[in-house]
Amino acid sequence: MSTGLIRPYGDTTGDGMVQLSFTLPIAHSKVAEGAAAQLANKMGMDPALVVHAKPMGEGFTFFVVYGRVNHLVDPSTVEVVERDYPLLTPKEANAAIKSSLRRRLVVVGGCIGTDAHTVGIDAILNIKGFAGEKGLEYYRELKVVNLGAQVSVPQLVEAAREEKADAVLVSQVVTQRDAHLLNTREMSAAFREAYPAAKRPLLVVGGPRFDETMAGELGVDRVFTRGTTPGEVASFIVHRLTRPTSGEKAS
Amino acid sequence: MALTKKRTSQLGIDKADVRKARTLARQVGKPIVDLATQHTTVSVERATLRLAGLGGADPDGTPWVNRLADAVRADVELEHGVSLPVWDALLRGEGDDLLTLAQKAAAGSVTFRIPAGKDATRARAASRKAVAAGIKQIDRQRTARERMIAKVGDAPSKPWIYLIVATGDIMEDIPQAQAAAREGADVIAVIRSTGQSLLDFVPEGATREGFAGTYATQENFRLMRAALDETSRELGRYVRLTNYASGLCMPEIAALAGLERLDMMLNDSMYGILFRDINPIRTFVDQRFSRQVHARAGIIINTGEDNYLTTADAVEAAHTVTTSQLLNEYFAKEAGLEDWQLGLGHAFEIDPEVPDSFRLELAHAMLARELFPDAPLKWMPPTRHMTGDIFKGYLLDGFFNLVGAMTGQGILLVGMMTEAVVTPWISDRDLALQNVRYVMNAAGNLHEDFHPSPDGFIASRAREVLGEAITLLQDIKDDRDAAGDPPLLAAIADGTFGLMKRPADKGRGLDGVAKKAADYYNPATEILETP
Repeated sequence: MSTGLIRPYGDTTGDGMVQLSFTLPIAHSKVAEGAAAQLANKMGMDPALVVHAKPMGEGFTFFVVYGRVNHLVDPSTVEVVERDYPLLTPKEANAAIKSSLRRRLVVVGGCIGTDAHTVGIDAILNIKGFAGEKGLEYYRELKVVNLGAQVSVPQLVEAAREEKADAVLVSQVVTQRDAHLLNTREMSAAFREAYPAAKRPLLVVGGPRFDETMAGELGVDRVFTRGTTPGEVASFIVHRLTRPTSGEKAS
Repeated sequence: MALTKKRTSQLGIDKADVRKARTLARQVGKPIVDLATQHTTVSVERATLRLAGLGGADPDGTPWVNRLADAVRADVELEHGVSLPVWDALLRGEGDDLLTLAQKAAAGSVTFRIPAGKDATRARAASRKAVAAGIKQIDRQRTARERMIAKVGDAPSKPWIYLIVATGDIMEDIPQAQAAAREGADVIAVIRSTGQSLLDFVPEGATREGFAGTYATQENFRLMRAALDETSRELGRYVRLTNYASGLCMPEIAALAGLERLDMMLNDSMYGILFRDINPIRTFVDQRFSRQVHARAGIIINTGEDNYLTTADAVEAAHTVTTSQLLNEYFAKEAGLEDWQLGLGHAFEIDPEVPDSFRLELAHAMLARELFPDAPLKWMPPTRHMTGDIFKGYLLDGFFNLVGAMTGQGILLVGMMTEAVVTPWISDRDLALQNVRYVMNAAGNLHEDFHPSPDGFIASRAREVLGEAITLLQDIKDDRDAAGDPPLLAAIADGTFGLMKRPADKGRGLDGVAKKAADYYNPATEILETP
């Protein structure tokens, strides 16, 4: 299907209708409503209809605005990270590990820094899983070591060494002051320092506020974001770690 | 509010089953209490020093209670407690007061010993006098709370509306908390900085830097309570303040909460073990002491059963919530807390895609209400299935509020439609409060008309969950491990709760636990345990 230029859709093709809500630090009045309309105009909504205005706290007003935008979007110029590996069932993943590694593949995971939110790592690792898919602990050929919350980077490196990890999974939920980015860079630097390049485990980070295109910048092999399922993570790990080595390298 | 003053079961629950559940909880809990009474921890000892008036920190920020307790431990171990060696040193003239002694001890110029005979008797009496002064202060704060409620008025209705502030900066928290109170909050909780639970010391002073929350310090407690006192007078209703007595410094934070008149504290019996990997014995010892302090201070505890449902499935694990509530109740009462102080937790976390999810939620909440008729249950909003679809989330929060209204919850943590998206904006909070008000206004008295059919889905489900909880308690009671630990410890090591396995000989803070010697003495415990 061709994706030409498109604009927002309210109830008629091409109507360009959008909705917006925000708060202005001003007491509710006609002027306040005018200010809300002005903001919407400046954002490209024209006409803008202030459908709801309500005082909130002292000196604040909340607005809901509906309006038309004249912008066009071009899906053909959007850049995304498409999945570049086949999605495997747990059975297929197990078989691939068995035939290629001839041992269990070791995955060490945890939340680093002060992050105590294990929701993400648990959704991927715990048998319970996420979105109807079982977690990595369910895969017979995966050995999963979940270090849980608030693991320091040295602890993580130590555990990865001790367990001879093939892959390290790190989850970061807290994003205050870009903690997720700082922690991830610290983590990848520590692994680069601790391992020769060829021996370094596969580094995977995930969390709701990451940008998938940032893997290179963060020094990791893959970034997963909101909505990632255990099957996707398992498939990626298997894909990267069980690829037959190219003939040229064989000695 | 007086919805179940007639104590016949709306859910067709057999009274014998309830008795059986409580008996099992006692049988499971008693060996843990015995274990707790046989041990002390560094944090219990530091809390004792805090009650005796030792505060402040050295230039590096290490609290003087840590410096002093560490010095004592280096000389005479922890097993006798710090009170005898510390007050013996004071009586020997090693320092004029605790602070001087701590400073000298930190510099290595004091040698501690375990006094014997008359010296021991004198040290005992002196320590008791010093600690009694701190407990007197806790008593004064309790009276001050009661007086203030009598004077300015209490929260106008139940459930109490519980809102969170979490800026990381106490100076930002204060105006936000005051604004939240003006918008309708009856209870303000200041979320702690992520990671504080794993610090083995309590930071000192007013703090302006924290991750996803603000450090719990004595000065932050004092500043926030003073600000809310001002707002309480302005609004004509007492606004309660909540913090967290959890993590490695649970007993010290409980003591500071009592001294600074906090009103509610999150204080779960097993949360630290399961979710922070704190050593089980450390946790149970610390928990018992902190609950004794809370009991004395008139503080309402909030337990953390909602957390189980954030890791395990909310339908499958419903009975683990009931089981934990029963255990929390046993441990709380053993420590001297009364029913009105038990904010037992539960949560609205069933996947909304599950058929009859609302009926299941209602069944679970009604079960909790019936089992604990006099406890102000704490009702926690959905978090797991809040997806970023704020419109759906707003509806889900409405249904959460409706269950709260129908089951007479005591404390309602207000759900935010932007859960999992952003820290709440001013508009999120206002919309969330509108949601609560609408539901309470529209359906607050629905419990008068709503009686589930005794053989219907809701009553059957409630009985099923109670039955599963009894089975689980029985299994825990029969659990054994090679080391011969109390069954509950063996069960925790198996991964019975929240799917996390926590062995009794592992976890953080284990090196801060000591078995009490025959001459162990702690004046705080002695005073708190005197009826």
